[in-house]
Amino acid sequence: MNLLLPLPIIIPMLAGTAALLAYRSRMIQRWISVIGSGALLASGIWLIVEVERNGIRAAQIGNWPAPYGITLVADLLSATMVTLTGIIGLAVAVYALATTSAAHETVGHHQLYQFLLMGVCGAFLTGDLFNLYVWFEVMLMASFVLLALGGERGQMEGAIKYVTINLMASAIFLAALGLLYGLAGTLNMADLANKFSNGLPEEQAGLVTTLAIMFLVAFGIKAAIFPLFFWLPASYHTPPVAVSAVFAGLLTKVGVYAIIRVFTLLFIQEPGYTHTLILILAGATMLTGVLGAVTQKEFRRVLSFHIISQIGYMIMGLGLYTPLALAGSIFYITHHIIVKSNLFLVSGVVQRLKGTLELKKLGGLYQSLPGLAMIFLVPALSLAGLPPLSGFFAKLSLVQAGLSQGQYVIVSISLLVSLLTLFSMMKLWNETFWKDQAKEYENAQQPVNPGEWRTMFAPIAGLAALTILIGLSASPLFELALRAGEQLMDPTAYIRAVMEMPR
Amino acid sequence: METILAFVIGALYAAGIYMMLRRSLVKLLIGLGLLSHAANLLIFTVAKLVRANSPVIAAGEQTLSTPHADPLPQALILTAIVISFGVTAFALALAYRAYKSVGTDDLNEMKGTDV
Repeated sequence: MNLLLPLPIIIPMLAGTAALLAYRSRMIQRWISVIGSGALLASGIWLIVEVERNGIRAAQIGNWPAPYGITLVADLLSATMVTLTGIIGLAVAVYALATTSAAHETVGHHQLYQFLLMGVCGAFLTGDLFNLYVWFEVMLMASFVLLALGGERGQMEGAIKYVTINLMASAIFLAALGLLYGLAGTLNMADLANKFSNGLPEEQAGLVTTLAIMFLVAFGIKAAIFPLFFWLPASYHTPPVAVSAVFAGLLTKVGVYAIIRVFTLLFIQEPGYTHTLILILAGATMLTGVLGAVTQKEFRRVLSFHIISQIGYMIMGLGLYTPLALAGSIFYITHHIIVKSNLFLVSGVVQRLKGTLELKKLGGLYQSLPGLAMIFLVPALSLAGLPPLSGFFAKLSLVQAGLSQGQYVIVSISLLVSLLTLFSMMKLWNETFWKDQAKEYENAQQPVNPGEWRTMFAPIAGLAALTILIGLSASPLFELALRAGEQLMDPTAYIRAVMEMPR
Repeated sequence: METILAFVIGALYAAGIYMMLRRSLVKLLIGLGLLSHAANLLIFTVAKLVRANSPVIAAGEQTLSTPHADPLPQALILTAIVISFGVTAFALALAYRAYKSVGTDDLNEMKGTDV
């Protein structure tokens, strides 16, 4: 059995358990959280190197051969996602040291955080649909508690909406799993893909498309695509910033990953219907998200609506369904996870200094913190897609793929949305950093001691540097994304890796 | 048998959705519980109900005696039940906490308390 594959699941599990055992000492928990996340990043990088060299890797847990046992599979997409989880995991774990209150730490912030990372990595690596459901639940359970931790009045409404809508999505997912099992007699993704590609009887083919839409709804709720996104801006602005940063970076992307996985591996019989539908939803998601952001007047709510509009770009690549477009999607996810988490981290610094995130009460931060103002511009402009930052290349490849397919409508929507994103990011920058503080809201900035300041600043600067680095080294990274896209377009390698692997 | 179960599942879905549309927080959670029961029964029904042997290899035999029931759906349902048990316990605790800190269990009145 290949031991490398379970490693990104085992590391956070051990870290979380160790932190539980060390419940008496906050200091030890903090160290475990940072070391565990660092080890997760290392295992992610190892995984991506291994998959890059040797092709798709699979492991049968418990040595039961596929399709009977539980399979873990890592192709380039999975390995990339695990590495990104490690990057954000480490950055936010460090950031949380300075921003998480002692009260939150004593009731289990660090433990839950590690279990959240475990659920996310499990969802990225599993090769079995029911196992994916279980990892979703692991991730959701940790996220529920993190969202409601502290139990303050303002958190409750968002938490209830988030819990309800996610349980609803899980029920739909479970029903779809049951129907799929009744149809095919297996839930192993490679085995299912094999059966579907060999052709189904006439009367079952229609049911497959129905199931495809059920999966699209279930994952679409988690990914917050149009018209299923309402829970996201209702809940992401309520928890502590470290929590909402990791939610913003990772959780919706698990939904996007699941959509990409099932719609490149399983439901590829009728791309004229399913993938066109995805393309239409992508356009609607982009537009509604960005228009929602334009009307908002609170820092984190603006950012939350931008998550939605960016999800549209990610599934636009899937809707176009060519290797170049999928590569664009993967590059976009990579860029977005880093940039979006960073924007939330900056919002946390602003909140720490000013005690509020209402835009009308903010202002004048450029005077006291020109460095932060400049660093904010890196992820903000990257989100809007200005060269030479990472977002530019992500959008460029999607636009190229769209043009080569002759999909001019979606391309023009994506360009319009970029423009509105730029407008909205400039609004944030102007309101927070550039304009003078309004007289009636003037209050002294809250003091931050230097150690705390460094702990908050290091992850922000690190992620901003990574954004610039991705932009400057776009070519090799895009090569990698293109190969990941080609892997997705040709599922035979995936099926072979799982079904024919030596025991 | 399938026909009866189909109606039961349909009724559970309908009742679950009806409960979720009510304004009370507790009824919302009952609705969610009904939805997961309906999904579990759906798995059970779709995976074929057969009168057959249990899927255990009898002593002295090398293979399963046919026909035999498929054990996997039951394993899936069992896992799903355990998960929904944990989630429901959490959701009830959350509902209680929300009632305590917001002061209402009416979802309409809870609207806009997140600022």
